[in-house]
Amino acid sequence: MIKPQYIAGQVVAYSLFAVMIGYFASSPPYTHHTPGNALIKLSLTHAGQKMGECRERSAEELAKMPPNMRTKTSCGRERNAVTLEMDIDGAKAFAQTAKPAGLSGDGRSRFYSSREITPGRHVIQARMRDGNDHNAFDQVAEVVVELAPRQVFVIDFDEEDGKFEFK
Amino acid sequence: MSNPIKSALRAGLFRVESGWDALVGRESNPMYCLGAMSWLFFWVVGASGLYLFIPYDTSAARAWDSIEYISREQWYWGGVIRSLHRYASDAMVLTMMLHLVREWLLDRYHGARWFAWFTGVPLIWMVFSSGITGYWLVWDELAQYLAIGTAEWLDWLGIFGQSIARNFLNPGALTDRFFTLLIFIHIAVPLFLLFAMWIHILRINRADTNPPRPLVIGTLIMLVGLSLIHPAMSHPPADLGKATAVLNPDWYYMALYPLYDTKGPAVAWMVSIGATLFLSVMPWMAFRRKRRAAAVVSPPNCNACGNCASDCPFGAVVLRPRPSGVAGAAQIAVVQPDLCTSCGMCVASCNRTNPFLKGEPRETGIDLPDFTFDLMVKRLSARTHGLTGNNRVLVLGCEHGAVLDHLKGASVGVLPLHCTGMMPPSLIDYVFNKDLADGVLVTACRPGECFYRLGPEWTEKRMAGERVPKLRGAVPRERVRLFWAASTETKKLATELAEFRVALAELPPMAKPESTKRRVAE
Repeated sequence: MIKPQYIAGQVVAYSLFAVMIGYFASSPPYTHHTPGNALIKLSLTHAGQKMGECRERSAEELAKMPPNMRTKTSCGRERNAVTLEMDIDGAKAFAQTAKPAGLSGDGRSRFYSSREITPGRHVIQARMRDGNDHNAFDQVAEVVVELAPRQVFVIDFDEEDGKFEFK
Repeated sequence: MSNPIKSALRAGLFRVESGWDALVGRESNPMYCLGAMSWLFFWVVGASGLYLFIPYDTSAARAWDSIEYISREQWYWGGVIRSLHRYASDAMVLTMMLHLVREWLLDRYHGARWFAWFTGVPLIWMVFSSGITGYWLVWDELAQYLAIGTAEWLDWLGIFGQSIARNFLNPGALTDRFFTLLIFIHIAVPLFLLFAMWIHILRINRADTNPPRPLVIGTLIMLVGLSLIHPAMSHPPADLGKATAVLNPDWYYMALYPLYDTKGPAVAWMVSIGATLFLSVMPWMAFRRKRRAAAVVSPPNCNACGNCASDCPFGAVVLRPRPSGVAGAAQIAVVQPDLCTSCGMCVASCNRTNPFLKGEPRETGIDLPDFTFDLMVKRLSARTHGLTGNNRVLVLGCEHGAVLDHLKGASVGVLPLHCTGMMPPSLIDYVFNKDLADGVLVTACRPGECFYRLGPEWTEKRMAGERVPKLRGAVPRERVRLFWAASTETKKLATELAEFRVALAELPPMAKPESTKRRVAE
């Protein structure tokens, strides 16, 4: 039974407790992205081309191998690192080289980046190098977009079609 | 005892607690049962969650609608239940973190208590995981923010074959199976949490997982009132084609996310893993603290009454079959040194701990090697030797409570103990029988603030004759006083002592001490 002298104190204490819980359960507000801006997300996973050329095994080499492993061509597992660059309105906005995943370096390279951008018309160019020629990009694509406030614009790579995907 | 900053913080804590006591009454002060309060909130969250599970639709397209239905169409019941679910979860985080800080301030995290502290650290991760997955289930803009943020945060580790964040690139990427998985996690993690909470209190004897009834009633009324006045509502539905902008996060669960947004995943991981590791090793970082020797059982004097096992706050004393060849009862008390905090409550509870029993040195069934019962009685005689006046007082108290040395005087002797709970009530009887003092002032830390546990509670019950060993009925109660005093309340204790001495001076002289035979028998 609550003693009468504590009733007022308990009302005050429980009210403070409630205010503390209720307030921080949803306040103060937090601005994650500026409401007027759009968002560009660059997200892709891509396996670079295999490093080095495949070669034919000689008959002598094949004879030394177990019968179940006698494949005529020998190809390395290691893949090239993938370099990805993105320009927005002619200015470089992203440039990164990602190593292939896996202990043998034969997995996919992974990229993920998001950035705010003012809404309106923008020219976006994406370039990717995944082959053995280190002086040229294997994939280049450009798109002109009209972005709305809070729109999320995604740049991906379609592995089936083998080209950049803008959506 | 500890560094000055910590001492100042502890003094501040005691002042806040005593202020709160004055405001709401001791029984309704949640500071003394923060762990039990967390248990209460866990049950509220669990019970309300069971109801919410029934109408919840585990599909990407209809999850938000089902929550809206609960909140708006069933506002009088479903809406209140949803709000209770949220606010009890928030309150659980609050009491859990306060519990952690308070235990640290009271130095209750090292020595034999490492287990409770160490096993408490994973509970924090489990509580946060439960809460975050719960917020995902609503699938509103806040859930979208959390889902993408968490996925990006996890992806940074690079241990997952596929990028988790790519699941949230566009609306078509999400499937109903994802929500089925999510609700499974949201139920499984709290079940593991319950199991881990049980482990957390495993080494604590008489762990109190239920707050006092007035506090339970008041807290539930408060939660229902808050749910009615300020019901929990959703953000607009999630749309992966639309960036999240202004959000109203639940800061009890989401305080780390803005850190991730501004400083990146490496810093967020460093803070969270770093804090976890630091908390985990804290019990072993108390370098300069010397652990006292554990209690020791004297087999010839132990009659296996079980009082020590019952009174030990950490279950360090157990009864086991007596080894063959050792004369005595069928069982014997056994001390598990790793669990013993050397509080001495077992010494007081032993029915052989009686200063009237003959023998030199005084032997008891269970004793502390560095502060034996014999030493306690000898110190008692020394501290009362030469006291003058007709209102001589012996102050018996805890070394963790008020500073007893400040009270010493020509008519006042003091005897600090490891814990007031190590004082056998027969010691008070002994003081009067030997005419060592005219009054005994027993002081202990306030209940709930005992450095060990249960010391003040056991002392009060023993002195009131409600728990063995009881203070003998013939002891003049007007000459014995019990007073709670925290380490910050030495002045208050001095005032109490002065009043007690005035009262003693007005009493008629004590009758001549009777024979000790009856005392031994009792």
